[in-house]
Amino acid sequence: MIPANSDDVRIGVYVCQCGSNIGSVVDCEGVAAWAGENLPHVAVARENKFMCSSLGQEMIEKDIRELGLNRVVVAACSPHLHEATFRGACQRAGLNPFLFDMVSIREQVSWVNTDKGIATEKAKALISGGVRRVAHNEPLDPITVKIDPNVLVVGGGIAGIQAALEIADAGYHVYLVEREPSLGGHMAQFDKTFPTLDCSACILTPKMFTAGNHKNITLLTYSEVEKVDGYIGNFTVRIRQKARKLNTATCTGCGLCEEKCPKKVIDDVFEAGLGYRKAIYRPFPQAVPKYPVIDTENCTYFQRGTCKVCQKFCPTGAIDFGQEDEVLTVNVGNIILATGFDLFDCRRIPQYGYGRLANVFTSLEFERLSNAAGPTGGKVVLRDGVSVPQTVCIVHCAGSRDRNYNKYCSAICCMQSLKFAHLVKERTGARVYNCYIDIRTPAKAYDEFYQHIIEEGIIFVRGKVAEVTDAVRLAGEEGKLIVQVEDTLVGKQRRIPVDMVILSAGLEPRYDAKEVGKLFGISCSMDGWFIERHPKLDPVATMTDGIFIAGSCQGPKDIPAAVAQGAAAAARVQGLISRREITLEPVRAQVDEAKCSGCRICNTMCPFNAISFRADPTRPGGGVTEINPALCQGCGTCVAACPAGAIRGTHFTDEQIMAQIEGVLLRNPAREHAVEKEAVYA
Amino acid sequence: MAHNGESKPKFAMYWAASCGGCEIAVLNTHELILEVDANFDVVFWPVAMDAKYHDVEAMDDGSITLCLFNGAIRNDENEEMAHLLRRKSQLLVAFGSCASEGCIPGLANLYSKQTMLDTAFSTITTDNPGAVRPIIAYDMPEGRIEILRTLDQVVKVDYSMPGCPPESHQIAAVVRLVIDALHGNAALPPRGAVIGAGDSTVCDECRRTRSEKTITEFRRMATFQPDPVQCLLEQGILCSGMATRSGCDARCPSANMPCIGCYGPAAGVVDQGARMMSAVASVIGGNDPKEIRAIMRGIADPAGTFYRFSLPSSLLRHAKV
Repeated sequence: MIPANSDDVRIGVYVCQCGSNIGSVVDCEGVAAWAGENLPHVAVARENKFMCSSLGQEMIEKDIRELGLNRVVVAACSPHLHEATFRGACQRAGLNPFLFDMVSIREQVSWVNTDKGIATEKAKALISGGVRRVAHNEPLDPITVKIDPNVLVVGGGIAGIQAALEIADAGYHVYLVEREPSLGGHMAQFDKTFPTLDCSACILTPKMFTAGNHKNITLLTYSEVEKVDGYIGNFTVRIRQKARKLNTATCTGCGLCEEKCPKKVIDDVFEAGLGYRKAIYRPFPQAVPKYPVIDTENCTYFQRGTCKVCQKFCPTGAIDFGQEDEVLTVNVGNIILATGFDLFDCRRIPQYGYGRLANVFTSLEFERLSNAAGPTGGKVVLRDGVSVPQTVCIVHCAGSRDRNYNKYCSAICCMQSLKFAHLVKERTGARVYNCYIDIRTPAKAYDEFYQHIIEEGIIFVRGKVAEVTDAVRLAGEEGKLIVQVEDTLVGKQRRIPVDMVILSAGLEPRYDAKEVGKLFGISCSMDGWFIERHPKLDPVATMTDGIFIAGSCQGPKDIPAAVAQGAAAAARVQGLISRREITLEPVRAQVDEAKCSGCRICNTMCPFNAISFRADPTRPGGGVTEINPALCQGCGTCVAACPAGAIRGTHFTDEQIMAQIEGVLLRNPAREHAVEKEAVYA
Repeated sequence: MAHNGESKPKFAMYWAASCGGCEIAVLNTHELILEVDANFDVVFWPVAMDAKYHDVEAMDDGSITLCLFNGAIRNDENEEMAHLLRRKSQLLVAFGSCASEGCIPGLANLYSKQTMLDTAFSTITTDNPGAVRPIIAYDMPEGRIEILRTLDQVVKVDYSMPGCPPESHQIAAVVRLVIDALHGNAALPPRGAVIGAGDSTVCDECRRTRSEKTITEFRRMATFQPDPVQCLLEQGILCSGMATRSGCDARCPSANMPCIGCYGPAAGVVDQGARMMSAVASVIGGNDPKEIRAIMRGIADPAGTFYRFSLPSSLLRHAKV
């Protein structure tokens, strides 16, 4: 190990132009020349059009071999992109990869500056910091950890089911956790799926059944994850299985209890408020698992202490009013989150009248209305339950592409609206209007579906609906809902009197997405969707190793895309499992026991529970703090907290950080504090 | 170290911007002071004997074997003496907290010259009927008033000895070590080292019991009688022991008073105040920002608490005023 200030430190500095990404804003040649002349210990400084190219990498390798470099700094894009690339180049040339440091002059300089002069100066400052830091870098050896082959999948919608099945079929064990009493998610609520119009239940229920009965899947419905500890390969997860108040070992799922239960409750979840369920219920007939749950908030026995009708009628004596929640702890190596979406609440757009005007429906309500297993048996009728609409208007982009609500496009609403138009036409023969901003049908067979719907005689009005009202102004509007919309293709305001309005509601992140993200250590975008590791190249991984995302929790998605992501996440997980062990960054916190006085400041700090206190009566402090290197993730919380400086963050030592700061701040060697100090000492 | 048997090695002690407590701490070594006299010629020690600066100037460079320099560098006079004694001394020791870290006088670095002078010369507690003020518009012989610096920010020092003042038993040990080294019976520590102190923290010498900490309220000594056994920080008292270098035998916590940090940062720590703040922030209870702010309001004078002794030697050094 060469000390940082030794003359033997020989640093190679490489400035990448990244084509024109950096080169058009930063004077890379000038920066390289400057670094070679002014920065300490720099043995060679070069610039190149693409440092990540094999030519660029070979240049580094050659310099290490021929010029005896023992430290390397590459100023290029973000370490997320190419740190591994350049570490590899160092390693191939026999240099420990941790003697390399990357300076981001693309994301942090050229992409965020337009002034060439300022950008070039900033690049110099950052490189100066990198050079000073790298002098203090130490060779490190990666840590290897074993991967637990068990997997946790959170969310039993189609994305989660797909992921679970793929992994289970590959022979690994999956814990599939679902918050609701049954698998199925939103897809279970639909009647038909676009663009093929095949029956949603027909394609979903076999998958649900397989998942529910798979020998490699432990199905935990009516359950929620409470706590996640550990790291990739070795997570410990605490799951609360809410009490169904019945014994699943004896329940046969005959449904007699449901039939006999005297208490009817409006089903706000599965039936979107259009139908009823009992206090003991299964969300829908094909529910997996087949066992009902008792909704204790509405159950007469739980509220008033008498009833017990279900218990009286249950042929197997499965009802257990005293049943408690169960908490179980499972160990898994990887986790897939497929927690789905919430529907935009259309009440937030008061001018559309939902909740005030009876015959304004949301998309989900219409799904239930058109569903053969729904409250009307698939009959498209008005809120009175009998009248068949003669005219229907479908309003696109309710809550999407609107700066007042959500700026993003919810991706599925166009196709869902086209599907609704078809179903209305097919079931009622009504005149159907679609009021749209733009029609977006980019996926396979989607535009053909659109053309088909046009041919069915559906009327398309290009314009964002301003208002839905029952205030009559013109003849023929009596008793109707009037849709006020500017037809932008004709350039005219229109008032369309209709019997029924369907708001094609957008998709929103789950109401608790932020908390769930925190629980699993991943973050949400500004809109609230879980953030993927890379928007194009790594869509199902997250910044936290071992945590993957699939389906609509990452952003609005239709069924094919959700299924593809479920499978993709499963493939990523299987890839990790088949490696059996993986190498982790050796960035860890270490306690210098001689310096630790056992003050216990850090003891409650560790988010990974890696810190423990070892009692030692021979020490005045009563013991010392220890860090389990297998659990430590190198986050640095304890390093910052330690008042005695007894905890050291490997690869982020005080010396490295201070040197980097000094480098950045005192880029100009002529102004150097160090020089000033030397003069003093002379 | 060369030691000519005929003439004794020479000893000097000087006070720059300091209170004089360090001198008293040296005298507190009691009979050891006779050993100093037996082993050294005391050539310059303004508090104990008369001498003029020109006497020092007349000495040969490097002729003083050991110089204990206490006090920080506040003005030109301090600075000039620092350079002079550096030139004349073989071993220059930054003695005590002022010379090593800046100490209490260094807290004036948080204010402008004007504010500092107003506070020193024109408050109600100052008896200054003629409103006499140092003239700072000119370079006076008394010197410019600048930010306060530590000795090692002005000249190279051989050793630093922390403490406000250094504990007498530590002074005694250091003097003995130097005497032993002069007689060839011991080796001096490497140059630049901190001497007369430990390497860990006051907590390491403190006998109080401690457990995992969560602070929900900061309390001040005047408002209650702390438990004599439990860690003071756990009782809500801002004790700096965890961020302060050991060496004093935890005298203050042993007397049921919080450590105030006079021994400076632990070995290897750059900024004692930052360490202390970071540690305290880590154990403040509550998740609600409002609640946390309410707890934090219990910290009276944060700058003076966390940087009581070390502001000029910290990363901050001084406020931009």
